[in-house]
Parts: sequence; C-alpha cells; structure tokens
Amino acid sequence: MGSWLDETLTWGNALLFFLWGVILLAIVLGFVTYAIFFERKVIGWMQFRIGPNRVGPWGLLQSVADIAKLLMKEDTIPRKADRALFILAPALAYVPAFAVLAVIPYTQKLYFADINVGLLYYVALSGISTIAIVLGGWSSNNKYALLGGMRSAAQMISYEVPLVISVVGVIMMSGSLNLRTIADQQGDWFWQWNFLPQIIGFVVFVIAAVSELNRTPFDLPEAESELVAGYHVEYSGFRFAFFMLTEYVYVYAIAALTTVLFLGGWHAPFPFLDWVPGIIWFLLKFSFIVFFLFWIRATLPRIRIDQLMGLGWKVLLPVAILNVFLTAVYLELFVK
Amino acid sequence: MSDEKEKELEQSAEPKSEEAAPAEAAPAEATPAAAEATPKPAAESAPSAPAAPAVDPEREAKLKAAAEARAARAAAKAAAEAGGEAPAAAAPAGAGGEVDPEKAAKIAAAAEARAARAAAKAAAEGGEAAPAEPKPPSPKQPQLDEAAALIRASVAEDAIEEAYINELNDHMPTLVIRADRLVEACRLLKTRTGQDYTYLRNVSGVDYETHLEVVYHLVSLNSKNELAVKVKTNREQPGIPSVVPVWETANWNEREIYDLLGIDFPGHPDLRRIMMPDDWVGHPLRKDYVPLDPEV
Amino acid sequence: MIRTEELLLNVGPQHPSTHGVFRIIVKLDGEVITEATPVMGYLHRGTEKLAEDLNYTQIIPYTDRMDYVSAMTTNYVLCHGVEKMMGLEVPERAEFMRLIVMELQRIASHLVWWGTYLLDIGAMSPFLFAFRDREIIINLFNELCGARLTYNYMRVGGVKWDAPVGWIDKVREFIPYMESKLDEYHRLVSGNEIFLARIRGVGAYDAQTAIDYGLSGANLRSTGVDWDLRKAKPYSIYNRFEFDVPLGKNGDCYDRYLIRLEEIRQSLRILKQAVEQFPSSGDVMGKVPRVIRPPAGELYVGIESPRGEIGVHIVSKGKAEPYRLKFRRPSFVNLQILPKLLVGETMTNLITILGGIDIVVGEVDC
Repeated sequence: MGSWLDETLTWGNALLFFLWGVILLAIVLGFVTYAIFFERKVIGWMQFRIGPNRVGPWGLLQSVADIAKLLMKEDTIPRKADRALFILAPALAYVPAFAVLAVIPYTQKLYFADINVGLLYYVALSGISTIAIVLGGWSSNNKYALLGGMRSAAQMISYEVPLVISVVGVIMMSGSLNLRTIADQQGDWFWQWNFLPQIIGFVVFVIAAVSELNRTPFDLPEAESELVAGYHVEYSGFRFAFFMLTEYVYVYAIAALTTVLFLGGWHAPFPFLDWVPGIIWFLLKFSFIVFFLFWIRATLPRIRIDQLMGLGWKVLLPVAILNVFLTAVYLELFVK
Repeated sequence: MSDEKEKELEQSAEPKSEEAAPAEAAPAEATPAAAEATPKPAAESAPSAPAAPAVDPEREAKLKAAAEARAARAAAKAAAEAGGEAPAAAAPAGAGGEVDPEKAAKIAAAAEARAARAAAKAAAEGGEAAPAEPKPPSPKQPQLDEAAALIRASVAEDAIEEAYINELNDHMPTLVIRADRLVEACRLLKTRTGQDYTYLRNVSGVDYETHLEVVYHLVSLNSKNELAVKVKTNREQPGIPSVVPVWETANWNEREIYDLLGIDFPGHPDLRRIMMPDDWVGHPLRKDYVPLDPEV
Repeated sequence: MIRTEELLLNVGPQHPSTHGVFRIIVKLDGEVITEATPVMGYLHRGTEKLAEDLNYTQIIPYTDRMDYVSAMTTNYVLCHGVEKMMGLEVPERAEFMRLIVMELQRIASHLVWWGTYLLDIGAMSPFLFAFRDREIIINLFNELCGARLTYNYMRVGGVKWDAPVGWIDKVREFIPYMESKLDEYHRLVSGNEIFLARIRGVGAYDAQTAIDYGLSGANLRSTGVDWDLRKAKPYSIYNRFEFDVPLGKNGDCYDRYLIRLEEIRQSLRILKQAVEQFPSSGDVMGKVPRVIRPPAGELYVGIESPRGEIGVHIVSKGKAEPYRLKFRRPSFVNLQILPKLLVGETMTNLITILGGIDIVVGEVDC
C-alpha cells in the first residue's frame, strides 16, 4: 500500500484509494457494531447476567436491530433549536473520528498514509470533535444539554494536554512523530516495547485516553443519572446514532494508537513467534485494550467534575512533564 | 371484648341451667345464706380484678347499667343453682337418682364459677358489690406534674388547659396548652434541664367536628421520657403559632397540616401547600370536605 | 465585566436518580447550587383520608404501598399500634415470625439502597449484585405470603401465614451467605478511591442540626447520636436479642454508607439468634375479636424502619374505623434537611446527598 502513495496520482490510483477507504469504513462500522454488542455482553458477564442473547444466534444481531431501530425513528428537532448547528454537530463530530484512522499503521506493509507528523495530525483532528460536542449541546436549546456540552468541553481540553505530553517521551525515544517509525522501532521482545521503558507515560496516557473518550469513570458529559444523557439528550434517531458512532470510532482509534505507540504495533512478543502474521498481533493487542476499557466501565464509579479537573491539571500534567524530564535525562546520559 | 364474652357466657349458661333444673327435685328456693355465700367470695376477689382502662364516660354508664342488670340475673341464677345444688351435692343419692352425682357436682361447680365470674365483673364495672379501689397513681404522674408546674410558673398561670395521663398510650403525659402560650411553653420544654424534650417526633392535625386540634409528640433523647402537647383551635379561623423557631422539623409537618386541614400557622417561614397542587381549593382531610368529583 | 445569569433547573419529576416521582427546583450559578426547593405530592394518594372509612385490617394493604421497599415494618407499626390500644397479646411464634421478616426486610431495603446509590454515583455493577441477593429474600417472602413487594402479612394480633416447612432452614442458610457477600461488597466498593473521593465529607451536618430537624435512622446516627428505637423504646421481642447499633462521627454521606452496611451485618446477627430460638410450635394469631375496635382514645407509637422512625398516631372513637390515622413517615421528615444541605454544593453532589438520605417517595407523599 505504501508504495502506491509514492506513485503519481492517476484516476486509477485515486479510485483505488477511495475503495480502500470504503473498505476501512466498512470494517470500522463492523467493529462499532460488534464492539457495542460485546460491551453489553462483557459487562453483563461481569454483573452475573448474560447480556443480549435473543436477537439472532447468540444475540449477534442485537446491534443490527438497534441500528435499524435508530434509522427508523422520527427525526425530531426541537422547535427553538438552532437548526443548522443542530444538524451539523453530529456530522462534525464523526468526520474527524474517521479521518484520524488514516495514520494508523496495521502492519509493515498495510497503512493508509505515511505522514511524518502523524501523531500531531491525530491529536489535532481529535480536537475538532470537542467543538462539535459543544455545538450539539448549545444548539439543542436545553439546559441539561448545555451543561453537558460545557462539561465535556472542559474535560476534553483539560485532558488533551497530559495526553500529548505523555507521548513526548515516546517521541523522544523514537526520534520521530511518524507512527510507522514509532511502531517499527519497538523491539522484538515484549519488554522492549514502549510501555515498559515509558511506564509513567503509559499510565498517564491510558488515563487521559479514557477521559478523552468520555467513558466511565470520566463519563460526566453523558452522566446518565445526573444529566440524563447530557449533550445528546435532544438527539434521537440517526443523529444520536452518529454520536454513538463517534464515541466507538474513537475507541477504535485510541486502542489502535495505544497499540502502535506503546505495545509494539505488529511485533510479536517473542521473536520465535514471528511466523504468526503481524496483523494478528495487532488485532490481539487492540482487542485487549478494548476489553480493558469495557472492564473499567463495569467496575469503577464516576468522578466528579471538580475532582476530574483537579486530577487532570494537578496530577496528570506534572507527572507527564516529569516523564519527559526523566526521558531526557536518560537519553542524555545513557544513549548519547 | 367484654360484650361478646358475656353473651357467650349467658348463652352457655342458659341451656345448662335448663338441664340442671329438671334434674333437681328440690324446689328453687333461694336461701339468703346460700345466695350471699357466693357473692361474698366473689366480692373478695373483686379488688384483685384488674382496674378497667380509662373509658369514655357514656360508655362507662352504659356498661354500668348492663352490668347491673346482668349481675341481678346472675345472682338470682347462682342462688337458684347454688341453693338447689348444694343440698343435691350433699345428698347425691337422694336427689332424683336419674342424675349422675358426679355430673351434678360438676354442673354445680361450673355454675358457682360462672356466678362468681359474673359477680366479679359486675363488681369491677359497677363497683356496687364491693368498694371500688382507687386507680394506682401512674408512674409518669410526677413527670407530668413537673412539666405542668414549670409551665404554669414560667409562662402563665392559665397556659395549661388540661394535664392528664393517657393510659392507653403507655401512660403518656399529655398537656393541653393554650394556643397563644404555645411557643414559649415549647421553648421551655425543649431547653430547661430536666425537661430536655429536644426531639419533636410527630405533629398531627385532627379534625374533631367541633374544633380542630394539633398534637405534638415530644421525646427526650437522654431520659427517654415522652410528652404529648395538644393545642385546640376553632374551625372558622383556625390558627396556631408555628413552633418552627423551636424545632425546625415542624416545618413540613405544619405545611402538611395547613394543606390538608387548613390550620394557619402564623410565624411559619414558608406556609404553602405541600401535597396538593398549589391551586387546590379546600382542605381534603377535613370531615366536611366535599371532593370536586364525588364519583372519584 | 462578564454578567452571569442564574440558571433555573428542574430536577425531576422524571429523573433516573430522584428515587421516584420527586422534583427539585434548583437555582444554579454555574455548577454551584444557590437554592434548592423540593416539590412533592406527585405520589400523594390520600391514604390517611381513605383510612377513615376502612377498618384496621383493611388499612394494612395501604401501608404496604406507602413504603414499598420496606413494607413489613410499615405493616407492623399499624398492627402494633392497634394491639397496644386494645391490650392484645401476640403469641410467641407470631412475634418471632414478625421479627424475622422485619429484619430480613431491613436487609432487603438496605441492599436496594446500596445498589441504587452506587448506580447514581456511576458504578453500574453493584446494583446487580445487590438485587441478586435481594432476590433470595424476596423469594423467601414469596414463599411465606405470596407476594414479592406488598406483603399484607401482619394482622392485628399476629401474622397471617405461618412459616412453611423448611422456611426457617432457608433463612438459616441465607445468613452465612449474606455475610460473605457483605465482606465481598466491602472489598469491592468501600475502599475504592474514586468512590471515597465522591462521598467523604459530602453532606455533613452535626448532631444538633440532626436532632432539630427530627432526623432518624442512619441520618441521625451518623452524627453520633445513639438513638435506635429497637434499643431505646424496645418493641416486639427485640430486647431478647443482642445486637449493636452502629454510630458514625462526622455526619457525612460516607458515615451513613458505612452505618447502613453495618446495620445489615447486625440484622444478620439478630436473625441468627432468632432462628436458633424459634419456637417449634405455636399459634401465629392471637385471640382477637372478630371486629377490631380499639377503645376510644389516642395513641402514638414509633418503630425503627430501615429509613428511620416510622410512627402511627391513631385517634379512635371506639369504632371499627379510625377517627384519624396519621403516619409519621421517616422519608418525609428526613427530606427536610435537603434544601439546607444543598446550598453551595455542585449538581453532582445533589445526587450524592439525595441518595444518602435514602427516601422512598411513596412514603414522602403517603
């Protein structure tokens, strides 16, 4: 795939890129469907119950039924809502979620874009979704939605900072912002992957990532028991489906990013397991991270907004900066 | 309880006495000695009968009349049976002969017991066969007297309309206080050492058809003493000063009473309806309340 | 200068966390509450007015529906009040049955409170664990009296149904199971950092305020006041059993949380003793006249329900129907402190504090 990028852009090539994009979209949508299903199942098992098992064999068609329901619902727009912004917000939230997937390398050969500033591209685009959430909350003309939107904006902005800074250590060690290079450079043994040398950065990254995703324990913007769904309370039908889609595509993106940055991408944990194709390792690590996110959701209670802000600015940020400093010292003393 | 049991006793007494009478050959001549023999032991056992609970005076009068009538009948019957059966028991073989002497003795004993019971009950309720024992003083009487004296001394001489012991309710001391002296009296009850009724458990409003009443139930957390305070007010312009300045917990209780019974509480910080919708007309818990929709 | 406006927000009456149909009108300055006004009456069904036309046995099903999470204690307070007025004696076996079901009900009610409280705070799983255990208790009640929630079990003078064969053994088996589960719940939740940060120090008040506001139950005991009606004014046969009354210190939500969980443990202790001393035979209904007519007079009696002191004030004119029947509902009285506690708190803490008071709206509105 990468070699195609070096060729001149002909109509044929363009069509090929477009088709690959559609295939990725299909894969991502399939992932979202079954991630929602498995989330319900896994959380159910952790709560001593079964989860959906009626629709289709073993309940596998449950998400399909849910999406079909959402598509068939009435498209309501509150009378006093700002129509243009109301309609724009879900789309604006979704587009960056999908666009950031371009820079994720799946294996040595399988990647969509080879941008030298891939990580920066990721972080920049994911910020646009924050704007969309505030827009959705504001344009709904509903106090609960507004509160939810404001909380969400505050939360996401506060956690972008430690998220990015925690990755700086990785960047320093790999010497590049290019995600392919970062994944490549991680060694063949699992203790050479970035999560151990950069353990502090890894922990900060995981916490900040869960917060970026608006998932429990940081799911204040959609705190069901307080704000009754927060910023998407007025959305129903397919527009609501878009917000859900955004959240789960971001889960995909963050899981993929974590795998690439910290867990060695497509490398096998031991060199003698090299014969297993890299994509399988990628998928296994990716699945583990997704499971870990579900696990946390089933287990932990929610953090309060002021405690959340305190955690982000007063704990995670200094720790991330400390990590950068330690990495710099290490590199200066032992590597140079 | 007493009505049914007595009816049962009477019913069971009737058929048995019909059995016993023809069995006796001796005429039913009431010998005064025999007749008095039975009430005397009954009278001795009367003081040991438990004191009747405090009852409504009219019910008391009715019971008294009924008891007297019963006592007269029972005494006559007892005399007849006792008089007839004592010689029958003494000379078992001589009386008739178709009657089993044991059976006759048992019937005699049963009749005596019944007579004794009936006489004892008559004595307890009517108090005519034996001198009536005065009720023992309630153990909570000193507590009541202390509270009443305190209020009379510190608030006003006429602040207390009535002070009595509610025996039905574990002898709870009850004070009926005048409405205009209520808040001061309550403050005393809450803060004075020895009184210390810091916990207001319950505030109820009651609609007696002639007047309205509010009852406050207090308890002291340290000594576990209880006290009930009642305040009466009229139906046309019901108003009782609010005790919210004394016990904050009265706030919503008084609002509920205002809402459902229509009693006004001047001095309440926020008197508005609490259960019914804000624009409701009428006070549902009153006895003369006519609902908007009688079919409901 | 930036001009900010106060936001008027309506929490409820339809809201996942208000524990029923209950509304709070909140004035917000950003995220901070400046004033909170509870509005209730959405579930007012006129029980007290209805009671004036029904005889005492007919009122018992109404008491079930007042505090539907803890119906046995509400049943009991009415029956106890009438029995006291009439001076009736309840047979031994009936008293034991009453005590056992009331303590089981206390455990069930606290489990519901625990599960829903944690659900409000954001943890989804303990809700399901709590209901799994409550299901065992509910099944026991179902076997006993045919109903899962509104039992109509107590009668004036005793209880309606005797324990079926093997029921007491099932209760006996439940006790160690619940004890082990309680330890598990403590390990799972009570030490969680996020949970503690959410709950500690929130909604604190002192003992004087609590007494002034007439709070009862865990709300009062969390400030250190030792007032549990099972010990202070013993009723039924509680004075025969040994149990402790857990007390708190700070009067905050965390203390109330720990007290309620500890009360489950103490209830299990009482149950263990009661099951051992259970009389093997006896009536479950005393000698009661066919028509229940308390003598004229009035009476107030209060007992310890899981929420606090539930009391009944009966004014009788000697008839089969009460002249006036007033229920002193703990949720109604405990809720009065909410507006005071909410001033200066954030919206999130509103849910934490409201959940910590443990209300049932059926009881608030009666």
